[in-house]
Amino acid sequence: MSKKLLRISGVNKSFPGVKALSDMQLDLGHNEVLALVGENGAGKSTLMKLLSGIYVPDSGTFEIDGTDVSINGTKHAQELGISIIHQEFNLMQDLTVAQNIYIGREPRFGGLFLSERALNRKARLLFDQINIDLDPKARVGDLTVAKQQMVEIAKALSYKSRILIMDEPTAALNDAEVATLHDLIRNFTNESTGVIYISHRMDELKAISNRITVIRDGEYIDTVNTADTTMPEVINLMVGREISGNQRPEPHQPSDEVVLKVTGLGTRDFLKDINFELHKGEILGFAGLMGAGRTEVARAIVGADKLSAGTIELNGRDVTIANPAAAAALGVGYLSEDRKHLGLLLERDVKDNIALSSLKMFSRMGVLNDKAMKSSAATYIDKLRIKTPSSAQIAKNLSGGNQQKIVIAKWLVKDCDILIFDEPTRGIDVGAKEEIYALLNELLAQGKSIIMISSELPEVLRLSHRIAVMSEGRLTGFLSNEEASQEKIMELATLNIASSVLAPVPSSSAQRVTN
Amino acid sequence: MTLTKEAAQAAKAASHKKSELNTRIRASFQQLLAFASLLALVLFFSVASSNFYQAANLSNILLSTVVTGLLALGTTFVIITGGIDLSIGTGMTLCSVMTAVFMTQMGMPMIVGVLCGVLFGALMGGINGFLVAVMKIPSFIATLAMMMVAAGLALVISGTKPVYTNEVAGFQKIFALGKSIPGLVIPNAVFILFAAAIIAGLLLSKTILGRYTYSIGSNMQATALSGVNVTKWTVMIYTVAGCFTGLAGVIATARLNSAQPAGGAGLELQAIAAVVIGGTSLAGGKGSIIGTVIGALIMSVLTNGLSIMSIPQEWQQVAVGVVILLAVYLDMMRRKKAVN
Repeated sequence: MSKKLLRISGVNKSFPGVKALSDMQLDLGHNEVLALVGENGAGKSTLMKLLSGIYVPDSGTFEIDGTDVSINGTKHAQELGISIIHQEFNLMQDLTVAQNIYIGREPRFGGLFLSERALNRKARLLFDQINIDLDPKARVGDLTVAKQQMVEIAKALSYKSRILIMDEPTAALNDAEVATLHDLIRNFTNESTGVIYISHRMDELKAISNRITVIRDGEYIDTVNTADTTMPEVINLMVGREISGNQRPEPHQPSDEVVLKVTGLGTRDFLKDINFELHKGEILGFAGLMGAGRTEVARAIVGADKLSAGTIELNGRDVTIANPAAAAALGVGYLSEDRKHLGLLLERDVKDNIALSSLKMFSRMGVLNDKAMKSSAATYIDKLRIKTPSSAQIAKNLSGGNQQKIVIAKWLVKDCDILIFDEPTRGIDVGAKEEIYALLNELLAQGKSIIMISSELPEVLRLSHRIAVMSEGRLTGFLSNEEASQEKIMELATLNIASSVLAPVPSSSAQRVTN
Repeated sequence: MTLTKEAAQAAKAASHKKSELNTRIRASFQQLLAFASLLALVLFFSVASSNFYQAANLSNILLSTVVTGLLALGTTFVIITGGIDLSIGTGMTLCSVMTAVFMTQMGMPMIVGVLCGVLFGALMGGINGFLVAVMKIPSFIATLAMMMVAAGLALVISGTKPVYTNEVAGFQKIFALGKSIPGLVIPNAVFILFAAAIIAGLLLSKTILGRYTYSIGSNMQATALSGVNVTKWTVMIYTVAGCFTGLAGVIATARLNSAQPAGGAGLELQAIAAVVIGGTSLAGGKGSIIGTVIGALIMSVLTNGLSIMSIPQEWQQVAVGVVILLAVYLDMMRRKKAVN
């Protein structure tokens, strides 16, 4: 048996309180593109960070061409020939393309002086070699996201890497650009190199990969030959079968009354033609992969982002919502996914946080009435069963679940009828999750209506009466709870509308050059 | 086939050239704007008062630019990394005291004393850099503390009295009026400022130190992930900045023929203002030496011109404040436009 380019086995990695990877394995052959897939939080990023030397594994072996290696730091990974292109770019916006690519390795004379001309020549040579169209002297901050992506790739290739890892490289690219990228990858792979390709776009995996490795919940599931498999099979492997995923909402019928109607909503560069209705007493789940545009829809509705098209009706009345404060005044509250940064004042106490959005209610002529704030806080601590020694406890000392309850309390004080929850149980342990679920159902019983954005499919299935699925800034479908399954949601979530609706234009690289 | 390929190549080259030109024009716009404002100010004051456009007065303006100008040069480096240095004002005073002490109480020859004065500045800068890069103290706090330490030390070392350098042979000549250009009496110190500016400009644009200065300010994490030793280079950058503080201290001593241990506070803000007027972003990643020089000149022309027009000093300060706001606002507007 020939030696694999890269083989890892028995890899374990834990973070305080979380087992991120357990007994992970993976192998990459020469001249191979291996796709790595898994749901959000399956452990892909952790695995990539281990390979690029950002994290150190707790245990496990790494072999390159059959030789044991241990990766000490990012520089060592590069020396071993492993390059990674992160989902979030690591570029210096104020530097030029060439300066970015050769940072730390710039051609110099006299040990200290830069040779800009040699630098640009080197970059140009590299671009000709790998056949991409980039201007070495352009400032990176002035480039489109797609071009910045190309800079990242050129940078990785400039290291003479043998193992190239790409984390969702096409998330920001259009079809023609994806085609160029795939050409790049095919040019790159040869008898001494290989690519690990992480992507959520199933159609792409078919086009570019030789094999697909599936991981779930930090564990290795299976590796299949791309040619012998169908995408539904892969999705099945990704989702798995979980008992908790089979719970469904309590029999509670939402009314037919429409409280929120969104028509043709769009934003300048992302969301396109979003249409949906929210009924009174309903939980409308928003499912989709990371970056599908779910949070953006919420932000657009509450006026945090500017609309470029579309109308919003509240209880049958057309409204224009300028900012989140205006939304709150109209009874629409948005509970951010980023609780720690956007939802809470971590250094302030429970009472201040609960009263924050409604300070007008608790003040007379600008002077705050501490007693009223305290008693209101006490009411909600009781109602929502917030576990805190007192209303004077600093928010950061509470657990994630209780912090989330404080955010909810804040919006209840404000008396919002429509609540948009963005990842309501992120970072919350299982027990607290149950309480949050119970709470959401109580809110429904009180006549509130809820939009719930969640990346956890079992959660979406369990709570939502209807499920809206998004992909790449568009709604790809609605499922009623009865017809929904994890597999069906994933299918809609990985649908590439842009390329399936608009017939794929033959995208040769020559065409790109001339525009 | 080959024809189209060549055509494509040509089109590619042409579009690159065009975009490069655009970038360049945009990059230098703030400097052009600053330079135009400088010319406009000079023109305005020349018309407003016949005393302004006189050789003696112009020489005065240049002279008054020297110390803040040198401080601004050094702090440009720090600000481009995304940091700030509040210690340069009183740090300059401490360097001034040390230079005088080196040359008088310690009896060093003039040249050695001057060199040690500059190196003392480098040492202070290095300590700032260590606090920021190794101890991870935010630069605002670290240099605020250093500002106080330097102010105190200057008083302690000098015994709160001025240290006179009358007896040091040739020292005053550093500042004195030179005769390098016939007909124009330009003080040596002004030449030193311009020489320092040229060196700073070269350091920033032509050396790896300069490249990492921009890189760290633009995205420190990415720079580190690219294998650059960010800690080491940050210390180096602060050290280089400190050299300019040291040089400013030397010049200040030569100017007054003594080290005045109580001054210096407030100069750091003037220097930072000059840097900002010159288009350097406090967020890091952007800036230039030429911009800083123009910014420093705008500050002195403004103060000098307003004095000549007999505007009270209180109002001069108001005017300078307004100019800073205007400069920064215009810069922000321009950037916003560029993004859209």
